[in-house]
Amino acid sequence: MRHQKGGVKLNRTSSHRKAMFRNMVTSLFENGQVKTTDAKAKELRRWADQMITLAKRGDLHARRQAMAVIRNKQVVHKLFEAANERFGEINGGYTRITKIGMRKGDAAPISLVDFVGGDEVEKGEKGSWLSRFTALGKAKADKEAKPAAPAKEAAPVEEAPVAEAVEAAPAEEAPAEEEAPAEEEAPAEEEAPAEEEAPAEEEAAEEEAPAEEEEKAKE
Amino acid sequence: MALPKHKKSKSKRDKRRTHQKLTAPNVVSCPQCGDPKLPHHICPSCGTYKGRTLIETD
Ligand SMILES: [Zn+2]
Repeated sequence: MRHQKGGVKLNRTSSHRKAMFRNMVTSLFENGQVKTTDAKAKELRRWADQMITLAKRGDLHARRQAMAVIRNKQVVHKLFEAANERFGEINGGYTRITKIGMRKGDAAPISLVDFVGGDEVEKGEKGSWLSRFTALGKAKADKEAKPAAPAKEAAPVEEAPVAEAVEAAPAEEAPAEEEAPAEEEAPAEEEAPAEEEAPAEEEAAEEEAPAEEEEKAKE
Repeated sequence: MALPKHKKSKSKRDKRRTHQKLTAPNVVSCPQCGDPKLPHHICPSCGTYKGRTLIETD
Protein backbone atom coordinates (compact mmCIF):
# COMPACT_ATOMS: atom_id res chain seq x y z
CA MET A 1 0.00 0.00 0.00
CA ARG A 2 1.36 3.37 -0.88
CA HIS A 3 -0.53 5.25 1.76
CA GLN A 4 0.90 8.43 3.27
CA LYS A 5 3.68 8.64 0.72
CA GLY A 6 3.11 12.02 -0.85
CA GLY A 7 6.12 14.07 -1.73
CA VAL A 8 9.62 13.21 -2.84
CA LYS A 9 12.80 12.75 -0.80
CA LEU A 10 15.35 13.85 -3.39
CA ASN A 11 18.18 12.11 -1.52
CA ARG A 12 18.10 14.74 1.19
CA THR A 13 17.48 14.78 4.90
CA SER A 14 14.19 16.32 5.89
CA SER A 15 15.90 19.44 7.21
CA HIS A 16 17.88 19.86 4.01
CA ARG A 17 14.75 19.33 1.94
CA LYS A 18 12.72 21.77 3.99
CA ALA A 19 15.40 24.45 3.86
CA MET A 20 15.74 23.99 0.11
CA PHE A 21 12.04 24.26 -0.65
CA ARG A 22 11.68 27.26 1.64
CA ASN A 23 14.40 28.96 -0.39
CA MET A 24 12.79 27.92 -3.64
CA VAL A 25 9.25 28.98 -2.77
CA THR A 26 10.61 32.32 -1.56
CA SER A 27 12.44 32.82 -4.84
CA LEU A 28 9.35 31.81 -6.77
CA PHE A 29 7.24 34.48 -5.10
CA GLU A 30 9.99 37.06 -5.38
CA ASN A 31 10.62 36.55 -9.07
CA GLY A 32 7.44 35.00 -10.37
CA GLN A 33 9.28 32.14 -12.00
CA VAL A 34 11.96 29.62 -11.13
CA LYS A 35 14.06 27.28 -13.25
CA THR A 36 14.78 23.96 -11.61
CA THR A 37 14.86 20.23 -12.26
CA ASP A 38 11.59 18.53 -13.14
CA ALA A 39 11.43 16.59 -9.88
CA LYS A 40 11.95 19.66 -7.71
CA ALA A 41 9.54 21.66 -9.84
CA LYS A 42 6.79 19.15 -9.27
CA GLU A 43 7.33 19.19 -5.54
CA LEU A 44 7.57 22.97 -5.49
CA ARG A 45 3.96 23.18 -6.71
CA ARG A 46 2.78 21.77 -3.38
CA TRP A 47 4.61 24.44 -1.44
CA ALA A 48 3.54 27.32 -3.67
CA ASP A 49 -0.11 26.28 -3.79
CA GLN A 50 -0.17 25.98 -0.03
CA MET A 51 1.16 29.51 0.36
CA ILE A 52 -1.44 30.92 -2.01
CA THR A 53 -4.20 29.08 -0.19
CA LEU A 54 -2.99 30.67 3.04
CA ALA A 55 -2.82 34.07 1.34
CA LYS A 56 -6.38 33.74 0.10
CA ARG A 57 -7.55 32.88 3.62
CA GLY A 58 -5.76 36.03 4.65
CA ASP A 59 -6.23 36.01 8.45
CA LEU A 60 -3.47 36.63 10.98
CA HIS A 61 -2.90 32.94 11.65
CA ALA A 62 -2.53 32.24 7.94
CA ARG A 63 -0.08 35.10 7.65
CA ARG A 64 2.02 33.68 10.47
CA GLN A 65 1.93 30.24 8.88
CA ALA A 66 3.17 31.72 5.62
CA MET A 67 5.88 33.65 7.47
CA ALA A 68 7.08 30.34 8.87
CA VAL A 69 7.87 29.19 5.33
CA ILE A 70 8.61 32.21 3.15
CA ARG A 71 11.86 33.86 4.16
CA ASN A 72 10.95 37.34 2.94
CA LYS A 73 8.46 39.36 4.98
CA GLN A 74 7.76 41.87 2.25
CA VAL A 75 6.91 39.11 -0.17
CA VAL A 76 4.43 37.62 2.29
CA HIS A 77 2.67 40.95 2.69
CA LYS A 78 2.55 41.54 -1.04
CA LEU A 79 1.26 38.05 -1.64
CA PHE A 80 -1.48 38.44 0.93
CA GLU A 81 -2.49 41.74 -0.68
CA ALA A 82 -2.68 40.37 -4.18
CA ALA A 83 -3.70 36.73 -3.80
CA ASN A 84 -7.48 37.15 -3.81
CA GLU A 85 -7.46 39.50 -6.75
CA ARG A 86 -5.16 37.30 -8.75
CA PHE A 87 -6.18 33.78 -7.74
CA GLY A 88 -9.65 34.32 -6.30
CA GLU A 89 -11.43 32.58 -9.15
CA ILE A 90 -9.15 29.52 -9.21
CA ASN A 91 -9.40 26.65 -6.74
CA GLY A 92 -5.90 25.22 -6.51
CA GLY A 93 -3.44 24.52 -9.26
CA TYR A 94 -2.00 28.00 -9.26
CA THR A 95 1.32 27.00 -10.73
CA ARG A 96 2.32 25.90 -14.20
CA ILE A 97 5.36 23.84 -15.19
CA THR A 98 6.87 24.13 -18.64
CA LYS A 99 9.80 21.98 -19.72
CA ILE A 100 12.88 23.80 -20.90
CA GLY A 101 15.27 20.98 -21.84
CA MET A 102 18.44 19.37 -20.56
CA ARG A 103 20.94 21.17 -18.38
CA LYS A 104 24.46 21.52 -19.71
CA GLY A 105 26.80 19.57 -17.50
CA ASP A 106 24.65 16.81 -16.09
CA ALA A 107 21.84 16.64 -18.68
CA ALA A 108 19.22 16.96 -15.95
CA PRO A 109 15.76 17.82 -17.27
CA ILE A 110 15.04 21.43 -16.36
CA SER A 111 11.68 23.13 -16.29
CA LEU A 112 10.24 26.51 -15.53
CA VAL A 113 7.72 27.05 -12.74
CA ASP A 114 5.44 30.07 -12.91
CA PHE A 115 1.88 31.07 -12.07
CA VAL A 116 -1.25 30.54 -14.11
CA GLY A 117 -3.28 33.55 -15.13
CA GLY A 118 -1.80 37.00 -15.33
CA ASP A 119 -1.10 36.47 -19.03
CA GLU A 120 -2.21 40.00 -19.65
CA VAL A 121 0.77 41.15 -17.57
CA GLU A 122 3.66 41.95 -19.85
CA LYS A 123 6.36 39.39 -19.21
CA GLY A 124 9.20 41.55 -20.45
CA GLU A 125 8.74 44.13 -17.74
CA LYS A 126 11.16 44.03 -14.86
CA GLY A 127 10.13 43.87 -11.25
CA SER A 128 8.31 41.42 -9.05
CA TRP A 129 5.38 39.57 -10.60
CA LEU A 130 3.27 40.68 -7.67
CA SER A 131 4.13 44.34 -8.07
CA ARG A 132 3.45 43.96 -11.77
CA PHE A 133 0.16 42.38 -10.90
CA THR A 134 -0.92 44.89 -8.28
CA ALA A 135 -0.03 47.62 -10.74
CA LEU A 136 -2.13 45.89 -13.36
CA GLY A 137 -5.38 47.75 -12.78
CA LYS A 138 -3.48 50.99 -12.99
CA ALA A 139 -1.49 49.89 -16.03
CA LYS A 140 -4.75 49.18 -17.83
CA ALA A 141 -6.09 52.64 -17.02
CA ASP A 142 -2.83 54.16 -18.20
CA LYS A 143 -2.91 52.22 -21.42
CA GLU A 144 -6.32 53.57 -22.26
CA ALA A 145 -5.17 57.10 -21.52
CA LYS A 146 -1.73 56.99 -23.16
CA PRO A 147 -0.87 53.72 -24.84
CA ALA A 148 2.82 54.35 -25.37
CA ALA A 149 3.90 55.08 -21.80
CA PRO A 150 5.13 52.12 -19.72
CA ALA A 151 3.58 51.60 -16.29
CA LYS A 152 6.93 52.11 -14.58
CA GLU A 153 7.29 55.80 -15.25
CA ALA A 154 3.88 56.66 -13.90
CA ALA A 155 4.96 55.62 -10.44
CA PRO A 156 7.81 57.72 -9.03
CA VAL A 157 6.52 61.11 -7.88
CA GLU A 158 2.96 60.34 -7.01
CA GLU A 159 3.33 57.10 -5.14
CA ALA A 160 5.59 58.44 -2.42
CA PRO A 161 2.71 59.98 -0.40
CA VAL A 162 0.64 56.85 -0.90
CA ALA A 163 3.47 54.73 0.41
CA GLU A 164 3.70 56.90 3.51
CA ALA A 165 0.01 56.56 4.08
CA VAL A 166 0.39 52.81 3.97
CA GLU A 167 3.22 53.00 6.44
CA ALA A 168 0.95 54.69 8.93
CA ALA A 169 -1.12 51.53 9.09
CA PRO A 170 0.44 49.54 11.95
CA ALA A 171 0.77 46.02 10.60
CA GLU A 172 2.87 46.62 7.50
CA GLU A 173 5.76 48.86 6.85
CA ALA A 174 7.08 46.22 4.53
CA PRO A 175 5.35 46.69 1.14
CA ALA A 176 5.85 50.43 1.18
CA GLU A 177 9.56 50.05 1.65
CA GLU A 178 9.89 47.70 -1.26
CA GLU A 179 7.95 49.82 -3.67
CA ALA A 180 10.08 52.90 -3.18
CA PRO A 181 13.50 51.78 -4.48
CA ALA A 182 12.11 49.89 -7.46
CA GLU A 183 10.41 52.96 -8.77
CA GLU A 184 13.32 55.29 -8.39
CA GLU A 185 15.03 53.79 -11.39
CA ALA A 186 12.69 55.33 -13.88
CA PRO A 187 12.78 59.10 -13.29
CA ALA A 188 16.44 59.67 -14.07
CA GLU A 189 15.98 58.43 -17.61
CA GLU A 190 12.75 60.17 -18.40
CA GLU A 191 12.32 63.22 -16.28
CA ALA A 192 10.92 65.45 -18.97
CA PRO A 193 8.04 63.23 -20.12
CA ALA A 194 7.14 62.44 -16.53
CA GLU A 195 6.63 66.11 -15.81
CA GLU A 196 4.57 66.64 -18.91
CA GLU A 197 2.26 63.85 -18.05
CA ALA A 198 2.03 64.70 -14.40
CA PRO A 199 -1.69 65.62 -14.32
CA ALA A 200 -2.82 62.39 -15.94
CA GLU A 201 -0.73 60.36 -13.56
CA GLU A 202 -2.04 62.09 -10.52
CA GLU A 203 -5.49 60.94 -11.42
CA ALA A 204 -4.23 57.42 -11.72
CA ALA A 205 -2.54 57.62 -8.34
CA GLU A 206 -5.70 58.87 -6.73
CA GLU A 207 -7.61 56.01 -8.19
CA GLU A 208 -5.16 53.56 -6.82
CA ALA A 209 -4.94 54.95 -3.32
CA PRO A 210 -8.47 54.12 -2.13
CA ALA A 211 -8.19 50.63 -3.59
CA GLU A 212 -5.12 49.97 -1.50
CA GLU A 213 -6.75 51.28 1.62
CA GLU A 214 -9.70 49.00 1.09
CA GLU A 215 -7.40 46.04 0.90
CA LYS A 216 -5.81 47.06 4.17
CA ALA A 217 -9.22 47.38 5.75
CA LYS A 218 -10.12 43.84 4.77
CA GLU A 219 -7.12 42.47 6.60
CA MET B 1 36.97 -21.37 -10.66
CA ALA B 2 35.28 -21.21 -14.03
CA LEU B 3 37.37 -19.26 -16.49
CA PRO B 4 36.85 -18.47 -20.18
CA LYS B 5 38.83 -20.87 -22.31
CA HIS B 6 39.12 -18.57 -25.32
CA LYS B 7 39.32 -14.89 -26.00
CA LYS B 8 36.12 -13.59 -27.67
CA SER B 9 36.87 -12.65 -31.26
CA LYS B 10 36.44 -9.14 -32.56
CA SER B 11 33.54 -10.42 -34.57
CA LYS B 12 31.77 -11.85 -31.49
CA ARG B 13 32.40 -8.61 -29.58
CA ASP B 14 31.07 -6.49 -32.40
CA LYS B 15 28.01 -8.69 -32.92
CA ARG B 16 27.21 -8.35 -29.23
CA ARG B 17 27.29 -4.59 -29.66
CA THR B 18 24.93 -4.43 -32.63
CA HIS B 19 22.02 -3.86 -30.24
CA GLN B 20 23.67 -0.87 -28.56
CA LYS B 21 22.38 2.09 -30.46
CA LEU B 22 21.25 5.59 -29.82
CA THR B 23 17.81 6.78 -30.82
CA ALA B 24 17.43 10.16 -32.41
CA PRO B 25 15.45 12.64 -30.30
CA ASN B 26 12.01 13.42 -31.63
CA VAL B 27 12.18 16.92 -33.02
CA VAL B 28 9.26 19.06 -34.10
CA SER B 29 9.26 22.49 -35.64
CA CYS B 30 8.20 25.42 -33.49
CA PRO B 31 4.77 26.79 -34.46
CA GLN B 32 6.02 30.31 -33.65
CA CYS B 33 9.37 30.53 -35.39
CA GLY B 34 9.70 27.24 -37.28
CA ASP B 35 13.00 26.28 -35.67
CA PRO B 36 13.46 22.70 -34.47
CA LYS B 37 12.53 22.04 -30.85
CA LEU B 38 11.66 19.18 -28.54
CA PRO B 39 7.96 18.40 -28.26
CA HIS B 40 6.27 19.69 -25.05
CA HIS B 41 9.26 21.94 -24.41
CA ILE B 42 9.84 25.67 -24.57
CA CYS B 43 11.36 26.62 -27.93
CA PRO B 44 15.04 27.39 -27.34
CA SER B 45 15.24 29.88 -30.18
CA CYS B 46 12.19 32.06 -29.51
CA GLY B 47 11.43 31.16 -25.88
CA THR B 48 7.72 30.51 -26.40
CA TYR B 49 5.46 27.64 -25.49
CA LYS B 50 1.82 27.48 -26.53
CA GLY B 51 1.89 31.10 -27.59
CA ARG B 52 3.35 32.45 -24.34
CA THR B 53 6.85 33.89 -24.20
CA LEU B 54 8.36 32.31 -21.11
CA ILE B 55 12.10 32.87 -21.35
CA GLU B 56 14.06 35.66 -22.91
CA THR B 57 16.24 34.74 -25.85
CA ASP B 58 18.56 37.03 -27.75
ZN1 LIG C 1 10.29 29.10 -31.62
